[in-house]
Amino acid sequence: MTARLIGFAALVVLAALFPLVAGNYPVKLLQEILIWGIFAMSLDVLMGYAGMVSFGHSAFFGIGGYVAALALAENPGLVSALVLPALAAGLAALVIGFFSIRVSGVYFIMLTLAFSQMFYAYAFQVSWLGAEDGIVGIPRPALPGVDLANIRSFHGYLLGLFVVVALGLWRVVRSPFGHVLRGIHENEARMEAVGYAVDRYKLLAFAIAGVFAGLAGSLYAQFNGSITPDAFFWTTSGEALLMVIIGGTGTLGGAVLGAAAFILLQSLVSTYTERWMLILGVTFILFVLFVPGGIVGALRGRVGLRA
Amino acid sequence: MTAPLLATVALSRAFGALAALNRVSLEVAPRERRAIIGPNGAGKTTLFNVITGQLAPTAGRILLEGTPIGGLSPHAVARRGISRSFQRNNLFPKLPVEENLRLAAAATAPGTWDLLGSIARRRGPLDRAREVAGVIGLSERLGEPAGRLSYGEQRQLEVGVALATAPRLLLLDEPTAGMSPEETRRMTRMLEALPREVTLLIIEHDMDVVGSLADRVTVLHYGEVLTEGTFAQVKADPRVYEVYLGSA
Amino acid sequence: MPVDLFAQALNGLAYGVLLFLLSVGLTLIFGMLDVVNLAHGSFYMLGAYAGLSLIAGTGNFWLALLLAPLAVGLVGALVEVTCLRPLYRRPPLDQVLLTFGFIYLFEDLVKWIWGGRIRSIPPPDLFSGSVSVWGAIIPSYRLFVIVFGLVMAVLLWLLIERTRLGAIIRAGVFDAEMTGGLGINIRRVFTAVFAFGAALGGLSGVIAGPIQSAYPSMGVAILIPALIVVVVGGLGSLKGSLVGSLVIGQAETFGKAWLPDAAMLIIYVVMATVMLVRPQGLFGRPLK
Repeated sequence: MTARLIGFAALVVLAALFPLVAGNYPVKLLQEILIWGIFAMSLDVLMGYAGMVSFGHSAFFGIGGYVAALALAENPGLVSALVLPALAAGLAALVIGFFSIRVSGVYFIMLTLAFSQMFYAYAFQVSWLGAEDGIVGIPRPALPGVDLANIRSFHGYLLGLFVVVALGLWRVVRSPFGHVLRGIHENEARMEAVGYAVDRYKLLAFAIAGVFAGLAGSLYAQFNGSITPDAFFWTTSGEALLMVIIGGTGTLGGAVLGAAAFILLQSLVSTYTERWMLILGVTFILFVLFVPGGIVGALRGRVGLRA
Repeated sequence: MTAPLLATVALSRAFGALAALNRVSLEVAPRERRAIIGPNGAGKTTLFNVITGQLAPTAGRILLEGTPIGGLSPHAVARRGISRSFQRNNLFPKLPVEENLRLAAAATAPGTWDLLGSIARRRGPLDRAREVAGVIGLSERLGEPAGRLSYGEQRQLEVGVALATAPRLLLLDEPTAGMSPEETRRMTRMLEALPREVTLLIIEHDMDVVGSLADRVTVLHYGEVLTEGTFAQVKADPRVYEVYLGSA
Repeated sequence: MPVDLFAQALNGLAYGVLLFLLSVGLTLIFGMLDVVNLAHGSFYMLGAYAGLSLIAGTGNFWLALLLAPLAVGLVGALVEVTCLRPLYRRPPLDQVLLTFGFIYLFEDLVKWIWGGRIRSIPPPDLFSGSVSVWGAIIPSYRLFVIVFGLVMAVLLWLLIERTRLGAIIRAGVFDAEMTGGLGINIRRVFTAVFAFGAALGGLSGVIAGPIQSAYPSMGVAILIPALIVVVVGGLGSLKGSLVGSLVIGQAETFGKAWLPDAAMLIIYVVMATVMLVRPQGLFGRPLK
């Protein structure tokens, strides 16, 4: 376990030093990986640990992005950048989760999908959210003494947040609560039978996942300077699912690996061929069929944790 | 006469036109060991499912120390001190034996909502898990994933998980199903050694087990109580003999 | 005004037919295999493009109408046998995720072969004009689509309700394990149902071509309305697909015309409400 921490620390140091040796484009790729890594980790908590496969996770990503966009326009501080988006996403997750948890399996997939599509439909149409074009010109938060428009400063800010989130989620999945989630994933009926009010635990897991997805969405808005309704579209959830599965469900680190694989595929492969989507699709299919444990599972030489 | 720990009053459960349970009334005293026997399809497991809240009764009442519990959800029933094991192993196959037991022990302990702590610091459930592992004879296998145990060991663990919640009333659904004679003897000894504070309600087909364990026996047939009494009384009742023979 | 209304209704009906043909496959596949085939929209897209090429190659719309669905059905069979079958022992969610991967595969394949631009598809000469129906002027092709849809609905009903194969399908939808236990080669039926569903999706795509043209993201675009139809109509129910697609077809068409801001939103709310209040939809089998 300390080996993992040391490994993680080493990677963080490398990531921190990266802007010193690499140009802007690779640094931006790394930043995208960090942001999507947070999004994918939040989904992994839901999927890999609690066993709830959601196709509506983009709802919270989008809420985080739009709330950040609106709040930062009024007041470009950290509260607008981090607290409000996460809170809004968490509240939405409580409401959506309350309804969605009543069903399970493929019905849960479709219901969560329906909810995120509602947000998409709304954001696409209404002018106060920019309709089809979304919101542009989103400022980065103003930190005293730091100019986040500078790519290196933003890098430090982003990496710092990523480390806090990663360590925080790592604590949560190993906590007593995290163990309850794993029990629910393994055998929900037995957990009920021994006295756990399973729905309440699922709801908290859903809310936690929503909070961090919202944070990721907010960071994405700050990174890009813009947010569009596509953030809500169900394929955005699908891409996060792709990342989690390719990396390895139920491992957290796998989610970040998967995010890296996805983004690198998208950018690197597309410089050689236009067919990156084809390669991604085939890779994903092959992983589902033959490497159910994802990259992490394969590295550990065992089949994945998913039941 | 002490008040009964568990009482069902004209308890019924129908599935459409089929009456799986029909006005079943029984009373189990605290510290009692009651066996429920009857041919297949008599409604024994349905009785357990209704008592533990997995199925709602269609009529009648269930009282735990005089308080009605009919219609409560399974987790609410469990939190009142009723725990049950299942006819088919219902474990957490990928989790180690210790975790199987610890999860059950932790269900009613504080700390399940602890987001940032560690399970190692919560000694209560861990100690209980190790204690129960000793009782069921799996102290040497704590780290083994439950799915990798032998069938007999899984059956032991199945009872262990129910026991780990420290119940007042323990419902065991055919605990020795599929076991070899040696494994059955081991399970019987284990159940005999349980403290009397744990009231037992056992569904069993193995009459040796019933004979060793049960203070009283209730015989179910087609969802109704056929007769009730000590093992000797029930064994001597010609109707019981007929019911078993008739459905053989 | 009433004439405009009627024209809109006819448009909605034509769109409903496209949804119907697509959703029948989706609902049967779910009913029988417990799989939400997220790549079902891809079969629609493949049908449209297959139609495009066959029409361009042979100049004959009717030939394309016959052959394109067969080609798509073959693709469906291939997918089922090679990729889905190995996953049947795994939880159904794995299969759903697999179909999601196919969305990427098919969409890019289509871009590769046919390019990413939108391609228009001419209607057959027989139906290339306009026609007046009770005062409303609509392209005669749409009328053809409506009539074709009704004919297909009847044919499908006959197939499902009146043939032995249909009985097997209905039994499989009701309880696949039991049906297999009756000695029927359930794996072959699975493949057949999946291929049949894909073929119907492809048929819908061919027919949609002259109306919607062909573009790579058309599969993803129509998947959601098809899912809504299946949820509202009831998973596994042919009747549900018909009623659902007629309702959603009209709702979307009129909604976009009258309440563009709220139309899709309302439809999603309906979908969510149905899932919460009556998960089996209007005509679906009660949940296990």
